[in-house]
Amino acid sequence: LHSQQYFWQITLRMNEDLKEMLESSKESLKLEAMKRVVGLIAKGKNASELFPAVVKNVANKNLELKKLVYVYLVRYAEEQQDLALLSISTFQRALKDPNQLIRASALRVLSSIRVPIIVPIMMLAIKEAASDLSPYVRKTAAHAIQKLYSLDADQKDHLIEVIEKLLKDKSTLVAGSVVMAFEEVCPDRIDLIHRNYRKLCNLLMDVEEWGQVVIISMLTRYARTQFISPWKEVGSSDEKAFYESDEEKRKSAEETKPYAMDPDHRLLLRSTKPLLQSRNTAVVMSVAQLYWHLAPKHEVNIITKSLVRLLRSHREVQYIVLQNIATMSIQRKGMFEPFMKSFYVRSTDATHIKTLKLEILTNLANEANISTVLREFQTYVKSQDKAFAAATIQAIGRCATNISEITDTCLNGLVLLLSNRDETVVAESVVVIRKLLQTQPSEHSDIIKHMAKLFDNITVPMARASILWLIGEYCEHVPKIAPDVLRKMAKTFHNEEDIVKLQTVSLAAKLYLTNSKQTKLLTQYILNLGKYDQNYDIRDRTRFIRQLIVPSERGGALSKYARRILLAPKPAPVLQSAFKDRDRFQLGTLSHTLNSKATGYLELSDWPPMAPDQSVRNVEVAEAVSRSTLAFDSDEGPKNGHSCEAGSRSGSGSGSSEESSSEASESDSESSSDSDSGTEQKKQSEAKPAQKVHVKPFLSCKLWCSVLAPSQVEEKPKKEVSLLDLDDFSPAAVTMTKSSILSPSVLSDLHGLSLAASSPAIQVCVSPVFVPVHTYELLHRMTGKGLAAQYHFSRQPCIYDDRMISVQLTFSNNGDHTLENIHISEKTSAGQNIHCFSPIECLEPEKSVTVSMGVDFNDSTQAASFQLCTKAEGFNVSIQPAVGELLLPVTMSEQDFSKEQGKLQGMNESSATIAMTPESITSQPLHRKVVNMANVGVVPSGQNNVHRFAAKLVSSGALVLVCVVQKDSGAQLTVNTEKTIIGSMLLRELQTVLSQGS
Amino acid sequence: MIHSLFLVNATGDIFLEKHWKSAVSRSVCDYFFEAQERATEPENVPPVIPTPHHYLISVFRHRIFFVAVIQSEVPPLFVIEFLHRVVDTFQDYFGVCTEAAIKDNVVVVYELLEEMLDNGFPLATESNILKELIKPPTILRTVVNTITGSTNVGEQLPTGQLSVVPWRRTGVKYTNNEAYFDVVEEIDAIIDKSGSTVTAEIQGVIDACVKLTGMPDLTLSFMNPRLLDDVSFHPCVRFKRWEAERILSFIPPDGNFRLLSYHVSSQNLVAIPVYVKHNITFREGSSQGRFDLTLGPKQTMGKVVESVLVSSRLPRVVLNANLSPSQGTYTFDPVTKLLTWDVGKINPQKLPSLKGSMSLQAGASKPDENPTINIQFKIPQMAVSGLKVNRLDMYGEKYKPFKGIKYMTMAGKFQVRT
Repeated sequence: LHSQQYFWQITLRMNEDLKEMLESSKESLKLEAMKRVVGLIAKGKNASELFPAVVKNVANKNLELKKLVYVYLVRYAEEQQDLALLSISTFQRALKDPNQLIRASALRVLSSIRVPIIVPIMMLAIKEAASDLSPYVRKTAAHAIQKLYSLDADQKDHLIEVIEKLLKDKSTLVAGSVVMAFEEVCPDRIDLIHRNYRKLCNLLMDVEEWGQVVIISMLTRYARTQFISPWKEVGSSDEKAFYESDEEKRKSAEETKPYAMDPDHRLLLRSTKPLLQSRNTAVVMSVAQLYWHLAPKHEVNIITKSLVRLLRSHREVQYIVLQNIATMSIQRKGMFEPFMKSFYVRSTDATHIKTLKLEILTNLANEANISTVLREFQTYVKSQDKAFAAATIQAIGRCATNISEITDTCLNGLVLLLSNRDETVVAESVVVIRKLLQTQPSEHSDIIKHMAKLFDNITVPMARASILWLIGEYCEHVPKIAPDVLRKMAKTFHNEEDIVKLQTVSLAAKLYLTNSKQTKLLTQYILNLGKYDQNYDIRDRTRFIRQLIVPSERGGALSKYARRILLAPKPAPVLQSAFKDRDRFQLGTLSHTLNSKATGYLELSDWPPMAPDQSVRNVEVAEAVSRSTLAFDSDEGPKNGHSCEAGSRSGSGSGSSEESSSEASESDSESSSDSDSGTEQKKQSEAKPAQKVHVKPFLSCKLWCSVLAPSQVEEKPKKEVSLLDLDDFSPAAVTMTKSSILSPSVLSDLHGLSLAASSPAIQVCVSPVFVPVHTYELLHRMTGKGLAAQYHFSRQPCIYDDRMISVQLTFSNNGDHTLENIHISEKTSAGQNIHCFSPIECLEPEKSVTVSMGVDFNDSTQAASFQLCTKAEGFNVSIQPAVGELLLPVTMSEQDFSKEQGKLQGMNESSATIAMTPESITSQPLHRKVVNMANVGVVPSGQNNVHRFAAKLVSSGALVLVCVVQKDSGAQLTVNTEKTIIGSMLLRELQTVLSQGS
Repeated sequence: MIHSLFLVNATGDIFLEKHWKSAVSRSVCDYFFEAQERATEPENVPPVIPTPHHYLISVFRHRIFFVAVIQSEVPPLFVIEFLHRVVDTFQDYFGVCTEAAIKDNVVVVYELLEEMLDNGFPLATESNILKELIKPPTILRTVVNTITGSTNVGEQLPTGQLSVVPWRRTGVKYTNNEAYFDVVEEIDAIIDKSGSTVTAEIQGVIDACVKLTGMPDLTLSFMNPRLLDDVSFHPCVRFKRWEAERILSFIPPDGNFRLLSYHVSSQNLVAIPVYVKHNITFREGSSQGRFDLTLGPKQTMGKVVESVLVSSRLPRVVLNANLSPSQGTYTFDPVTKLLTWDVGKINPQKLPSLKGSMSLQAGASKPDENPTINIQFKIPQMAVSGLKVNRLDMYGEKYKPFKGIKYMTMAGKFQVRT
C-alpha cells in the first residue's frame, strides 16, 4: 500500500528519513525503511549511501528484514567493499546454524557479495557446505562454486575438487546445480563425469526440471566424445574396440562385427526419452536435441510429436522451436512431413513466426505434397502483410527450383502475380522469375516478352533492374523488343534509381555487342548520360563499358573479349534455405538461434573414430552387500532375487556400488520412515522382528539404492538427508546386489561395518567375458527371395527387458530390388516374449542392416519362432538358443562359490568325467573353451587345477555354477544348478567341447 | 545464466530491474528499444536480440516485456520458459500481472525473484514451495502485518523443497475435501473460403483443483485413453504407470494445477461445431463494400454454442463499417481496422447474422484479399474428441472426497479464410 510512494518520493530528504528509520529501535520502522530501500533498488535508483545504516541490521532477528538486508548487500557490497566486511562475521556464524534454511541462505549471500578479499573465507565455507548433511545446503554450495569462480578464477583447482566431490552426491537436488557448476568451471574435465555417468542417467528423471536441461546438454557433449557413431552404414569395417580387454586375436574378429550400441549410450537414450513428456518446454527441447545428435537415425522420429506439441505454447517458445525444426527439416524431411499442417500460417501469427513456418513448409515440400503446399502459398501471397507475401514468393521460387516438375506452373503463377497491385509483391515476383528463368531461358522467351510489356508499370527499382538484366542477358531471344526497351530507358535514364541505371548501361553494352546496327546510337547516348551522372559508380561503370566495347586507339586489348566477358553464360543462382548450415551449431542453443557463435558456446565434438575405453564408467564394488546373511526363503527366494536383480541390472553399472553395506543399511532404516514405501517396510520389520520378511522386490531395490555420501556415514543422518536419497528410483535402478530379501535382524546388523567384510558379493557383470562371433542362419537368401538374415547372441544384458536375451539380427539384401518394411508380424511360439526390432523401412540391394531384438526363452532351449515379413512376403523363422546363451555371467569370490555350491547338492548337481588331451591342460584354453560355449563368468581360483565358472539364468535368475577339476589325463566336470534340465544340457555340451582337442 | 531482468512497459519505460550478478547498466535495453521500434507490433519484437556484450531474451505478456540479460551461451528456451514461469507466479500471487500490481507489490516481487534464481540459475519455481517461503499478499494479511509487524516470510525451509513430492506441501488440512477436474479441449482450425477444413486439430488439457487433506494418492482413468496421442504431464504423474496401463496415477499438488495436456491424434476427424456463411465484397471503383456474415451450429451433439465472439481485421482501405447485427453488439476500430462482434449464444432456430456496408477510402483500389475471420466460442458439457473420464479413485487417506468432472470445448485458434 505504501509501495506506490516508493516510486515517487525519491529525494535526498527521503534518504535522510530512511537513515533515521533504519537506525531507530523500532523493528516495524526498520522494516518499513528497508521496503522503501528495496523499492529504490527496483527502480534502479542509487541507494548506496545508505549502506552503513543498512549493514547494521544484518544480524536482525526479523527474517523478512534480514532478507531485505541481504538483497541490499548483494546489490551494493561490490561498491562498498570495506563496509561489507562488517557483515561477514554474521554470515560465518549463520553458517553453523542448526536450521538448514539459514545455513543455506548465509552461504548464498556470503558467496554473492563480490568482495575479492573474502575469497579464502568463501572457499572454506563452500568446502564445508559441500559435505553438509542437508542436500539443500549442498545445492547452495554448488551454486556458490560458480560465484567464487567468476570472482577469482585462480581458485579453479580447489573448486574442481569440490565439484568432483559433489558430482558423487546421490541427491537429485544437488545433481543439476553441480553439473551447472561443472559446465561453468571445467567443462573440459570429462574424466570427472565417467564414474558418475550412469548415476546421472538414472537420476535424471527425478532431478528438478532446470537441472534436467543442464544435465542433458552436458551428457550430449559427453556422449559425443565417448561413444562411436550410431549413424555409420552397417557393414562398414570400422574398428570397434569394444572388448579391448580381450586378446588381440579376438579383437580382429571383432572388427567385422556390425555396430552394436554401447549399453551406456543406450542407457542415456532410454533415460531421457520419458522427459519428452515434460511440461517444461526447455526440457523437451533439450531431449529433442539429444536425440538429434546422439540417437540412431531411425529413432530420432520419436521427438517429432513432442516438438510439434511445443508449437501450442507461447509465441517465444514457438519461435525457438520453429527455428530448430527448420534446421532439422532440411536434413530429415520425413520427420515432419506428416505434421505439415501444423506449420500452416495463421493470420494472427507474428511476422517472424510466419516466416519460419514458411521456411519449414518450403523445406518439407516434395513431389507428393507440392500441390497442397502451393495452394496454401496462394492464400499467403494475398496476405495483407506484404512483407510476408514477398517472403512467400521467394518460397515459391525455392520450391520451383527444388522440384523441377512444377517449375513451369510456378513460373506461370508468378507471371500472374506481376499484375498484382502491390509493388513489393510484383518486385519480388520479378526477382524470383529472373532467378527461375536463368535455369532455362530458351523456353521462356514469351515470359520475357510479357515482362518487357509490364516494364512501364513497374516502379520498384529492384524489379526494373531485374527485368533489364533479363532482357540484356537473353536479348537474342527477344531481338525485337530489346532495342525498344533500351530506347525507353534512354528517355527516362536521368529519373531512374542507381541500380536501374547500372543495368541500363549493361543492357546497352550487351545490345551493342549483339545488335549494334540498331542500337549503336542509343548506346552512345546512354554512355554519355552515364559519363556525367552524379553517382561515381555509374560514371566508373560507364567508363569501363565504353573502353570495353568501343575501344580507343591505344587500349583495346580487352575489347576482343568483350563479348565473352559480357555475354558469358552465367550459372543459375541456387535458392537455398537460410537454415542450410545452421546444424553446425548444437540444436537448441543460443548460438543456433543467432546463427553465430555465442560467448561460452561449447563445441559439440565429432564422434570418435574408435570408442574410448568403456570400462572407465564402471564403478567397482569396493565392498558389496551381504547375501548369505540375508535369509532366503527357499521357494520364493530365487524368484524375488531375480526381479530385484532385473531391476538392478538394467541400471547396469550404477554409481551405488561404492558404498559399504553399512551405509546402505543405515540409510535404509533411517530413511524408510519418510517414504511411503519405506514406512510400510519398516513397520513390517518392527512388527515381526523374528520373522523373515519379504520385501517387495522393487522396494528393496529402492532401499538398497539409497545411498549416503561417504562423509555422512559416521554421523546419524538427519531426517531430511535420507528423504531425498530415497527418491523414487525407478525400478530400473542401480544396485547389483543379489539380495532382495532382508531379514529385520540383518537390517540392524548391517549397522556394524564388521559384517561387510565377510559378506559375499554376487554381481552380474556388465560385459560378457567373451563374445563369440559365431552367427546362426535365420533365413537363407534362397528361401527369403533375396532377403538373408542371420542372428547372433551379443551376450549383452537386454535393454528391453531383463528376462530377455538380446539377439542381433543382420539382414542383408542379396536380391536386386529394394526390400521394404521388414518387420516381425506374428509370434507363433507360445510362452515366449519377444521384443521386436523396429521395422526397417527399406533395405536396398547389396546393403545390410543390423537390429537387435530381445527374446525371453524362459530358460529353455526351445526355439522362438515368429514370422518375418517384408512388404511383400512373410517367412516363418525361428531362433534356436544354445544352452550357453541362456546365461549371464556373474562374478563372485571363490568362497562364495563353494558356499553356493554347498547349497546346490544332490539332485541339483550333475557331474561327469572327461578325458582331455594333454595339450589342453593349461588353464587358458580350457577357460576359453568354456566361455566360448557358455556365457559364464570366471571365478578366480587359488588352485591351478580347479577352474570355476559362475552364471545365472537370464529369465529365472537361478545360479549356475560350473567347476572343472583337472586330473592327470582327464577332468572332473560338475554343474550345479537348481534347474536340473539346464544343468544336464550344459554338462553335455561342456563335455563335448572340452573333450575335443584344442 | 540469467544475469539481470528488466521489466519494460508498453511505452518503453523500465519500471523494475533486478540483478543476480554484478549490476548491468540499464542502457543495455537501448538495443531492445531499437528492436521494439523496428517492429511495428509488440508481438513482432524478436525474442532473442544480440548486443555487443550481452544477449537479450524477452517475452511479452500482459503488455509487459520481461527482458532477461544473458552473458553467455544458454539454451534460449531455458530462459524463455523461466520468464514465463515468473509471469505465472506473479499472476498466481497478485491475481493479475500488470505494471500497477507489480509496482504495488515491489517488495514481494523482489523477494520472489530472489528465491526463484540464485546466481542466475533457477532455484525454486514450484508455486507450492514459493508460497511457503513467501506468503502471497492478501488484504487481511497486509492489515495484520502493519499492525503486528509480522512478516510474509516463512521461517522454515519448505518441506516440499526436500521431499520426494516437491510440488506438495505437507500438513494440508481441509474441512471439505474436494477434487475437481476440468477437461478443456480447444479446436484449432483453419477453414477455407468454401467452408472445407484445411487443418483441424484438438488440443486438450485437464486442469485440476484439488483440495484434499493429507497425502492423497489419486488415480484417474479414461474410458478411451487411446484418443490421447501425445501428452505432457505435471511432474506429479507417474510416467511408468501411464506407459503401462494408461492410467494417471499421482499425488496431486495442493490447489490449482494443470495435470495433463494432450493432443488428440490427427487421424480422427475433428467435428467443427460452427459454420460461417460469409459474403464480403469490394467492388472495383466503388467506395462501398458489402459485408454479410451468418453463423450457424454444426455437429454440436445437441449442445449450445456459447460466448461466441467474432473478430476480423478488415483491409486498410476500409474507413468505416455500418453494420447491423441480428443479435449481440459489434464494434469497429477505424484505427486498427479491427471488427469485433460479440454474438453470445447461437440459437439454431434464429441464426445470428451481421449485415451492412463498409465505406472505403475514395480512389483506393480494391484490396486483393478478404479478411480472415477469427472465431471464439465455448461449448459446455462436451469434450469434442469424445474423451471421457472413467473413474477417479483415492488411496492413502481415509475420508471420502467430493469429486467432480467438467467438460468443455472451446475454440483455440479458429480461423475462417474468406
